[in-house]
Amino acid sequence: MEGKESNKQVIDMSCVRDIVSKFADRDDPNLISVLQQAQDEYGYLPKSVLKEISSVMDIPLTRIFGVVTFYSQFTLTPRGRHSIKVCSGTACHVKGAEGVKQKLRDELQINEGETTPDYQFTLETVACIGTCFLAPVMMVDERYYGKLTADKTSDIVGTYSNKKLGSE
Amino acid sequence: MLKSLKSNDDLVAMKEACEEKFKSDKVRVYVCMTGCRALGAEEVYGEFQKQVKTQGLEDKVEVVETGCQGLCAKAPVMTIDPPGIFYGRVSVDSVPEIISSTILKGEVINKLCYAESGKKIPYMKDIPFYNRQQKVVLRNCGVIDPKNVEHYIARKGYEGLARALFHLPPEGIIKEIENSGLRGRGGGGFPTGTKWGFVRKAKSDIKYIVCNADEGDPGAFMDRAILEGDPHAVVEGMITAAFAIGANKGFVYVRAEYPIAVDHLEFAIHQARQLNLLGDNILGSGFNFDLEIKKGAGAFVCGEETALIASIEGKRGMPRPRPPFPAISGLWQKPTNINNVETFANVPLIMQHGSEWYKQFGTKNGSGTKIFALAGNVKNTGLVEVPMGTTLREIVFDIGGGIPGRRQFKAAQMGGPSGGCVPAEHLDLPIDYESVKEVGAIMGSGGLIVMDEKTSMVEIARYFMEFVQEESCGKCGPCRIGTKRMLEVLTRLVAGNGCREDIEDLTKMAHVTKNASLCGLGQTAPNPVLSTIRFFLKEFEELIP
Ligand SMILES: Cc1cc2nc3c(=O)[nH]c(=O)nc-3n(C[C@H](O)[C@H](O)[C@H](O)COP(=O)(O)O)c2cc1C
Ligand code: SF4
Ligand code: FES
Ligand code: FES
Repeated sequence: MEGKESNKQVIDMSCVRDIVSKFADRDDPNLISVLQQAQDEYGYLPKSVLKEISSVMDIPLTRIFGVVTFYSQFTLTPRGRHSIKVCSGTACHVKGAEGVKQKLRDELQINEGETTPDYQFTLETVACIGTCFLAPVMMVDERYYGKLTADKTSDIVGTYSNKKLGSE
Repeated sequence: MLKSLKSNDDLVAMKEACEEKFKSDKVRVYVCMTGCRALGAEEVYGEFQKQVKTQGLEDKVEVVETGCQGLCAKAPVMTIDPPGIFYGRVSVDSVPEIISSTILKGEVINKLCYAESGKKIPYMKDIPFYNRQQKVVLRNCGVIDPKNVEHYIARKGYEGLARALFHLPPEGIIKEIENSGLRGRGGGGFPTGTKWGFVRKAKSDIKYIVCNADEGDPGAFMDRAILEGDPHAVVEGMITAAFAIGANKGFVYVRAEYPIAVDHLEFAIHQARQLNLLGDNILGSGFNFDLEIKKGAGAFVCGEETALIASIEGKRGMPRPRPPFPAISGLWQKPTNINNVETFANVPLIMQHGSEWYKQFGTKNGSGTKIFALAGNVKNTGLVEVPMGTTLREIVFDIGGGIPGRRQFKAAQMGGPSGGCVPAEHLDLPIDYESVKEVGAIMGSGGLIVMDEKTSMVEIARYFMEFVQEESCGKCGPCRIGTKRMLEVLTRLVAGNGCREDIEDLTKMAHVTKNASLCGLGQTAPNPVLSTIRFFLKEFEELIP
């Protein structure tokens, strides 16, 4: 992990500059958009990247930390390849989202907010993803899945684990 | 590549060309490709396209991808027109039969039809879910390809904008919106024309317009459906508003959990730019305006307008005291007009048909229609549009088909975490802004979650408290501490460890939090608890040992 991180750092910083420069000629050098793109790039927001953003954008690091910790989308630790967002909104709650959550915890052996040791999956809860009509639902990366049952949930997780084996 | 429109005449010519282009005797297969993707709509759509091609049916059949068609419970859904057949739970395997039987021979496939009390109803016009609704704002949703602006223009899209730009002075537009009685659909119900008037009158060289597409209420999906199914309606509404108030720049703040909505909106903005409907000298009118998408980063409180502004500015999304209202000092301290997605989507219609036409829908307190997101323990979960003043019973039973599993209706939760539960005794309440308030709920943005007899209301109150407690931004004490303490009490009660005084304490804390919090989140956070105590006190008492 250590070696990888320092190895990456060289490339990292030029990426950060590219991202920031996209916003440079605008009257609002938007910090949140920069952070979102940086996170898309690296999967999370390493401290070194935040420091670089701070110096290139001339924004105090404390302010950047304030923003990063305020929004649930940002993360300071590496995430899994796939993000699983399971809905705990009202409609899903009424329709048994708890069972789906429990199945995911069992299947992945992690709790909400955690990442599997092999960095394949990060499990999160979200308060509604606007698919309440098919409750209970979850989202894997940018794909929605509805009318979940415990069995269906583990099948879906299975297809993502298999993909990993197939593609690598 | 779309051709730039230099004048209103160009738009009219384009509309005629589009009408001509879509006038055909082909059978159209409309496949919902938005929310229904959660149950495999993409595969169904792909299979239709493949089969039509391999069977050489291209000049007989046209497959159209659409937004939400409403009856989402039956996902993946599709309609075949002519003759207007609705099919649900369609799978890849059923595609060959649909083509050979229904499309080519006109035969109905019973197992794919919507059924009510065991009776199959193949035609949309006969399905109560559809024929009891009035699709006004949703007229295009589920019928056009949201990624093809030619569909929108063929159905009179941007005609309202043209009227606004060429036939009305900005004050005239505002007057028209005021007369229409349109009120904000984002929850507050503030008169839209009045708000526009404030921003118009504010003196500044720079003004902004913002569309609130944060849709944070759990159980709400109206804004998602509009953005996915008819994004140009929102773009057109925003351009009109911008012209009326004198803004040249706009933002749409969309939550990150809505990737399809962002995608369709990007399409729409791109097409509008190509058509010279966004950019400099729009339709040759001399008016300049452009739009940008801002993706939210996951914070419920950012739906509150001042927090949303802070978030667009790249800061922590914390609300600030009002006044000054955004109309006077908003984005980067400039006058800013913020409206909800559905509010903007109403504007093109009012511009096109006039305010008198618009007022035929709805009640005195609320004109027009309202879109509801029907979810929870109800048969036909989905997207419903009815005139204001429709009763809850009509929505839940006539349109929604009632409660599944022969259970009893217990309550409908309206307005999300700032709303309340409406019990069975108020089922005949005509829903508009005022009447809903009287029973301790709020109209809110339109999320309607039906709960059956098995639902524990105290547990639902606890659930909402947990939600607001987590989402409280922490800036002010009454909300930060009040929600935490109320959650503790509710958790204790649900676990059966409560005592009599708890109910009284809850009520007291609820009132303090309501009265002393800075923003709408804290001010409304106690509503679910108060409404539950009001209507379901017995359930609390039963939990006390
Ligand atoms: C905590 C909180 C969350 C809100 N969330 C939303 C939202 O998701 N969408 C929305 O349109 N308005 C939301 N509002 C209301 C907005 O502050 C604002 O009143 C609204 O966008 C104005 O638009 P309208 O006049 O068209 O309704 C929220 C308000 C509060 C206090
Ligand atoms: S009421 Fe709650 S959400 Fe609103 S400013 Fe205060 S702490 Fe933040
Ligand atoms: S409540 Fe789960 S998707 Fe809306
Ligand atoms: S999402 Fe497909 S019909 Fe509503």
